[in-house]
Amino acid sequence: MFKLQKTFEKSPKLMREVYCETMLSLAASNKNIVALDADLVSSSGMKKFFEAYPDRAIQCGIAEANMIGVAAGLSLVGKIPYAHSFGPFASRRVCDQIFISAAYAKLNVRIIGSDPGVTAAYNGGTHMPFEDMGVLRSIPEITLIEPSDPVMLADIVRQLADLYGVYYVRMARKNTVSVYEEGSIFEIGKGNLLRNGTDVTIIASGIMVAEALKAAEMLADEGVSARVVDMFTWKPMDTELVARCAEETGAIVTAENHNIYGGLGAAVAEACVKTVPVPIEMVGVKDQFGQVGTEDYLRKAYNLTATAIVDAAKKVIERK
Amino acid sequence: MNRTLKLKELRVFAEEIRLLTLKEFAHIGFGHVGGAMSIIETLAVLYGKEMRYDPRNPNWEERDHLIVSKGHAGPAVYATLALVGYFPESMLRELNQGGGNLPSHCDRNKTPGIDMTTGSLGQGISAACGVALGKRMDGKDSYTYLVLGDGECNEGQVWEGAMFAAQYKLDKLIAFVDLNGQQLDGYTQDIMDMRNMGERFAAFGWFVQEVNGHDIGEIVNAVTAAKANTGKPNAIILHTKKGNGCYFAEGIKDNHHMNFKPEQINEAIKRTEAALEAAKAAPAK
Repeated sequence: MFKLQKTFEKSPKLMREVYCETMLSLAASNKNIVALDADLVSSSGMKKFFEAYPDRAIQCGIAEANMIGVAAGLSLVGKIPYAHSFGPFASRRVCDQIFISAAYAKLNVRIIGSDPGVTAAYNGGTHMPFEDMGVLRSIPEITLIEPSDPVMLADIVRQLADLYGVYYVRMARKNTVSVYEEGSIFEIGKGNLLRNGTDVTIIASGIMVAEALKAAEMLADEGVSARVVDMFTWKPMDTELVARCAEETGAIVTAENHNIYGGLGAAVAEACVKTVPVPIEMVGVKDQFGQVGTEDYLRKAYNLTATAIVDAAKKVIERK
Repeated sequence: MNRTLKLKELRVFAEEIRLLTLKEFAHIGFGHVGGAMSIIETLAVLYGKEMRYDPRNPNWEERDHLIVSKGHAGPAVYATLALVGYFPESMLRELNQGGGNLPSHCDRNKTPGIDMTTGSLGQGISAACGVALGKRMDGKDSYTYLVLGDGECNEGQVWEGAMFAAQYKLDKLIAFVDLNGQQLDGYTQDIMDMRNMGERFAAFGWFVQEVNGHDIGEIVNAVTAAKANTGKPNAIILHTKKGNGCYFAEGIKDNHHMNFKPEQINEAIKRTEAALEAAKAAPAK
C-alpha cells in the first residue's frame, strides 16, 4: 500500500542516489545481483556500487548493444542484471538486442533508461527520449515502468530483484517532486488512484504526476472535480482501472513526458476504446524531437504543465 | 559427462552428423545447407570429445555452454543433439514445421540442448561473454563455446563483444569463426571484405589459432591449446568450405539458403553414406 505526502515538495534525495543505495542493499543480501553500465557510472550515481562490488559491477564501455547481450548471458547462468544507460541508448539504440537476446529468449534482464524526456535538459535533442517507452512497448511480454518519485523507484528496484522477465525502468536521475511517503509499496501493473474526482480523470506518469495533482487543485478552485491516477506501469496497462475511471468520470486526460504517439496517451486510449469509450485529451509531446534547454524551459516549450492539463480537462469535459 | 571419442571415431561421428543433417533437410526440400555443412567437424569435436554436457539434464549447471551465434546452422546442431541423445531422431522431422520445436534458427525455448536463442546476427558473442563472466563469478571451471560466421562478423556488435571479452580476460571463452568465405549475397570479399580475420581478432587482444576447419585433428589440437591459454579469449579461425561434403552446395556461389530436388538430396545422402563407410573402414590414426 502507498501513502501520499501531505504536501508535494522537491524530493530531498536525487533519484540516482536512491537507485544506488537500493542496489547496494540488494547486493548485500543477494550475491546474484549485478550492475552493468555503458560508461555512465558517474551519471547513473552508481560509483559507490562499483567501488563496493567490483566483481559484480560490469563496466561495458560505450557499447550498449553488447551490454544488453552480456546482461542476457549473465541471466542465463542465474545472475540478476540491472543494466543502465541514458534512455535513448537503453531503448531505441538496443531495441533488437532487448527484443531477441532478452525478451524473445525469455531471459531475465532489467534495463534502467535515465533522463526521460525533458529531464535530459542540457544534453539536448540527441539525448532526449520522447520515444523510449513507445519503441519498447511493441516487444511482447516486456514490462515498462516509470517511477514518479524516489520512494517508488526504491520499491520498484527492490521488487524487480525477485521477479523474472524483461523490465524497462524509465528513471529521472535528479530531483523529482516527492509524491509518496517513505515505506510505500506499489503493485506493478496497477495504477495508483491519488485523488478522487467525478468530472474527469487525469492519468499521468513520471514528472507529470505532480503536475496532475497541481492541476486537480486548480480545477477544484474552478469547481471541477478531477480524479488523478499515477499510471506508473505503461505495460501491462491497468485496463480495469482505465475502464472504471471512464465509467465513473466520463472523460480522461493523459499527461506524459513522452511522445503521445506510442506513449501513455495511446496506451490509455487503447484500453479505453476496448472497454468504456469516452473522450480523451492528451497532454504530452506532439510528435516532436527534443531540444536543448533547462528543464523548466522545456516543460513550457512542450506544454508539459499543470496549466496545459487544466486546459485539456476543460476541453475534454466539453466533449462529453 | 564427456564423450571421449578418438580421432577416427570423431571422423565417423562427423559423417553421421552430416548424413543426419542432409536427411533432415530432405524432408523439406530447402534450407541453410551451406553454413550447416561447414561447421560439422567442429560440432563433432565439441560433442564427441571436448564439451561437458548431459543430454538427460540439458540445464545441468556444471555443463559447458555452446552458443551458435550463426543461428542458421541450427539444422546441423539439431542433428548432433539427436545423435547424442537430447531427443529422438524422429523429432528432426519437425524442422521448420509450424508448431514444431526445430525452427530455422536456434531457439533456447524450443529445443532441448540449445543454450541460446540466436539468428539476429552479432548477438551471440555478447551472450557468450555474459555466460562466461557469470560462470567465472561463481567460480565454475566450465567453458563457453561460441560459433561465429564470417559474414556475421560484418556486425558491429561482434567487435563490441570482442573488446569486452578481451577486457575481462575471458579465457574460458572459445570462439570458432567459420571462415567459409561466403555470405548470403556472395563471396565475403565482394560483399564486405573482412581482410585477415585472425589478425583482426588478434588486434582485439584474443589468442588466435588458424586451422583447417574440416580437419578433425587440427580442431582438437587447437581446442587443447585454447584450454591451456590463460588471460585472453580464444579465437579458432576455421578455414572451411561452405557446403562442405554436400556436392550440390560445395563450391556453389549461392549456397547460403538453397532449394534442391529430391534426386539431388538423395544423391548427397548416398555420397555421405559412402563417406561414412569409408571413415569407418579407415585405419585409426
